[in-house]
Amino acid sequence: MKKQSEAQGYSFFQKHSQLLIPVTILALLLLFNLLRDSSYFNIAIRFNNDNNPVLAGNLISTIVDASELVILSIGMTLVTAACGGQDISVGALGTIAATMFAKVLYLFDEIGVAQILVALLATCGVTVLFSLFNGTLVAVFKIQPMIATLILFTCGRSIAYWIGQIANLFIPENPITPIIGTVIPGFPVPTPVLIVAVVGILFALVFKFTNLRLYTQTVGINQGAARLNGINCVAIKLISFAILGVCCAIAGVINVCRIGGKVTYNSLMVDFEMKAILAVAIGGNSLGGGKFRIIGSVLGAYAYCLLFNTLIAMKVPSTHITAYQAVVIFLLVIFSSDQVKETIAKFWKTWIVGKFRSKTTGTDISSGKEA
Amino acid sequence: MTKTISGGNRGKTQREPIANSQLLFFIAVAIFVLLYVAAIIAFGDKGFLKPQTLLTMFNENAALIIVACALTIVMITGGIDISVGAVIALVSIACAKYLQNGGEIWVSILMALGIGLAFGVFQGFLISYLKIQPFIITLAGMFLARGLVTVVSKEGISLTSEAAPAFIRLKDFRISIDALGSTDIKGLTKKVVFTPGTLEVTVIVALIILLAVALMLKKTRLGRHFYAVGGNQQSALMLGCNVQRVRFHAYIISGLLAGIAGYVNLMHKGAGNPTMAAGMEMDAIASSIIGGTMLSGGVGNVFGTLFGVLNLSTIKNIVQVSGISNGGKEWWQNITTGGMLCIFIVMQSIILFVRGKSGRKKAGNKPAKN
Repeated sequence: MKKQSEAQGYSFFQKHSQLLIPVTILALLLLFNLLRDSSYFNIAIRFNNDNNPVLAGNLISTIVDASELVILSIGMTLVTAACGGQDISVGALGTIAATMFAKVLYLFDEIGVAQILVALLATCGVTVLFSLFNGTLVAVFKIQPMIATLILFTCGRSIAYWIGQIANLFIPENPITPIIGTVIPGFPVPTPVLIVAVVGILFALVFKFTNLRLYTQTVGINQGAARLNGINCVAIKLISFAILGVCCAIAGVINVCRIGGKVTYNSLMVDFEMKAILAVAIGGNSLGGGKFRIIGSVLGAYAYCLLFNTLIAMKVPSTHITAYQAVVIFLLVIFSSDQVKETIAKFWKTWIVGKFRSKTTGTDISSGKEA
Repeated sequence: MTKTISGGNRGKTQREPIANSQLLFFIAVAIFVLLYVAAIIAFGDKGFLKPQTLLTMFNENAALIIVACALTIVMITGGIDISVGAVIALVSIACAKYLQNGGEIWVSILMALGIGLAFGVFQGFLISYLKIQPFIITLAGMFLARGLVTVVSKEGISLTSEAAPAFIRLKDFRISIDALGSTDIKGLTKKVVFTPGTLEVTVIVALIILLAVALMLKKTRLGRHFYAVGGNQQSALMLGCNVQRVRFHAYIISGLLAGIAGYVNLMHKGAGNPTMAAGMEMDAIASSIIGGTMLSGGVGNVFGTLFGVLNLSTIKNIVQVSGISNGGKEWWQNITTGGMLCIFIVMQSIILFVRGKSGRKKAGNKPAKN
């Protein structure tokens, strides 16, 4: 009985213990910025070149910069959970998406909302096809995800080049795409943030009203048991890859719209696959598949971008930033590993709590542990 | 399928089918032979008939062979190390800077080994003793090494014979093999010129390391433990193998080999560059897989890895020679490599699936032997 009541007492923490890591990092980074320079938190409304009001400030730019990563990390979480491995081709797939988007827009003489939607649909179609190719290798041919997606990782940017057929990718002049990249006239919240919010709400609704979450977790935890219970494992894996494909399309389109000018295929969405995997891991999800929490990955993505922007604000040379990031990641994973946590807990119990108790109440260490 | 292996004490009377790892190795070799013969038939006039083409392939890929051996070891234990490419870049540029400022060769070699070992020990400790996912640790290691590269030098350092005469002499030393030479008819006078086949010192280093790793995996206790830990960690633990220490050693060896590969890379290129060896970890992983190593652990063979490297290199050569990548169409090279990779991977999967199925039918639900 006692154990049960204890379990109920701790249930809130147990339920949300996974989110402890990303929330702690976010809190620590925010606190660090507060102590370093409180003007980091200033938010103002400025006017951009087209005289539209825009929210400006370090925090806002962090949130906007994180947009693509947040969307990718949602899809990556699903693939990781269902397949027990990661897709390392999302950066290449995002580049393909951006190229396809530009290529379709070139077909139209006049570009309006309808044409943008057509281009977006075509882009989604192409990326979902590529993603399903990955998914088929993983689900049907039973190849480890990292190896299966190594193929697209190797040749994805070259395929983008092949689709585009020009050395530098850029979107034709039109009134809509700058809006996707910056703000809707008269509404100061940046559009990428709105898109992330819409995507987030859509995913929340999907998880609320379908069994996708349950099925994905079941397939990830024990595929054999899932199959015996009548879950179509191949279909679930393919669905997770298709969703990742859609996420790649959206992220690629946002990225190319935000850049606005000419870009080369090799400089678009570089290292996004690694960043997305990192976001999933920072969010406390196991990279071996099984249980997952989307919100953890989203917070992980924001934590990663906050770290990046903090380092930029500290005027660290941009080429050195990766080294600083690596140190932070090392510290993070060391302190979140079970071994270190156990050691700290033991140290806390025997040396600090134990000594304090034995001085005040006279009980010895072992009974102090039991209580 | 007619080739068989002896099954040790078990199955003395019964002829056992060939093991999967060896089958994958033979497939890699067969594909290499097929590719090369096809290249000779199609583009024999463009140099594939000359033995020097094969030797150049070794010269170009010495560092990749070493680092692919490292990844084979790590993948046999069921882990992965994606920091090797960045470590190679770091070692190359650090040694290049040191040599440019008038350093000794032996100190620079020690420096290369030291950097590699430091990364190996650090990452290995975190992965094996703190049980953190290898992908995350080595990803952070990759970021760290890439960041440190730019701390050492933002621009490429090209070693000149004035600054480091001894190193340049070592770098330009060639082993000429007359038996693998070829004769050309050059110029208007139709003079017959004989050029002996040349090998760099780096290839000798790479082949020695390959043999050493192969011997270690086959003959030493540590080598057998790598397979045991990768095959089934729980069983290995119960048989009294110190799983954590074995994994630790795998990452130390991987780091050390990455350091050596970095020096070999510097010896081949003669220059250090911040963007050097970008994506080499993925090339190494691809080579290991084509050679029959499985990412899930327990299966692998370094000679297969060698043929994996040669396969990738042959594909690149064929694409270059065939001319479809000429005229600003460099993308064809990557697309062809990706396509070939796809064929290899799917074929491996299908073969293993078919064998698994037939094996189960014969042996009554017993999974196929790895």
